[in-house]
Amino acid sequence: MDKTIAQATISVDQEGYLTDFSQWNKEIGTEIAHEQGIEMTDKHWEIIDYIQDKFKNEEPLSIRGIKKSGVIDIKQFYALFPGGPLKKATMIAGIPKPKSCI
Amino acid sequence: MSNTKVKKMLFILSKATLENVYAAFVMANGARMEGIDSEIFFTFFGLEAIQKKKLEHLHVATVGNPAMHMPTMLGGLPGVEALASNMMKKEMDKLDMPPVGEFLEILSDSGCKLWACKLAVDMFHLEEKDLIDELDGILTIGDFYSRADQEGTQLLFI
Repeated sequence: MDKTIAQATISVDQEGYLTDFSQWNKEIGTEIAHEQGIEMTDKHWEIIDYIQDKFKNEEPLSIRGIKKSGVIDIKQFYALFPGGPLKKATMIAGIPKPKSCI
Repeated sequence: MSNTKVKKMLFILSKATLENVYAAFVMANGARMEGIDSEIFFTFFGLEAIQKKKLEHLHVATVGNPAMHMPTMLGGLPGVEALASNMMKKEMDKLDMPPVGEFLEILSDSGCKLWACKLAVDMFHLEEKDLIDELDGILTIGDFYSRADQEGTQLLFI
């Protein structure tokens, strides 16, 4: 379905994840974060960059990967994206929800 | 952001076979990843999973486990359990499943509370120094029930 956000029309799935990453930009990311109750900081963007790199390289995301990323530790990750960090971060990053159970 | 009515998961882990320990860990971690609170109460043999000296040496059960598709007599031979356990650990590593010690760190960092059962700790003559540093404390079962302090709490025995 279509959604209008940050003066742009984007396609999202039922849960609100972008279905076409090419439609994503930073303003859209900021707005989605806002809807999730998150105000983006430089540290947030650093993680979004990391997650998008993983996505572009078609590498699966996992909480263990975050731990090994060197970008952030798990405690900080939960603190920055409270209530389901990987789900929220991927939504803000404009990529699909991770399919992994870990 | 999801509509689940589950707000908090309390797990009681009473076994130390790899398949049971991982079941508890994956579910507890999965809860945290969904924004659901989770806690694990380690009791009886489950305590092996939080003993520094034992946690990296857990095995799958090759005897009395029909899903292994292995004759029980064979499963009991020396080395078979270790072999099967190593094969399983390799497969889990391919899926980026962390080893037990690292998984406990991840759980703790994720905000999952880890408790040891007082009765079982006393029974096995364990001391706090034998247990992992990430442990949040030693509780009675009554204390653990009091952790079910909100609507939408579920308790699961493994």
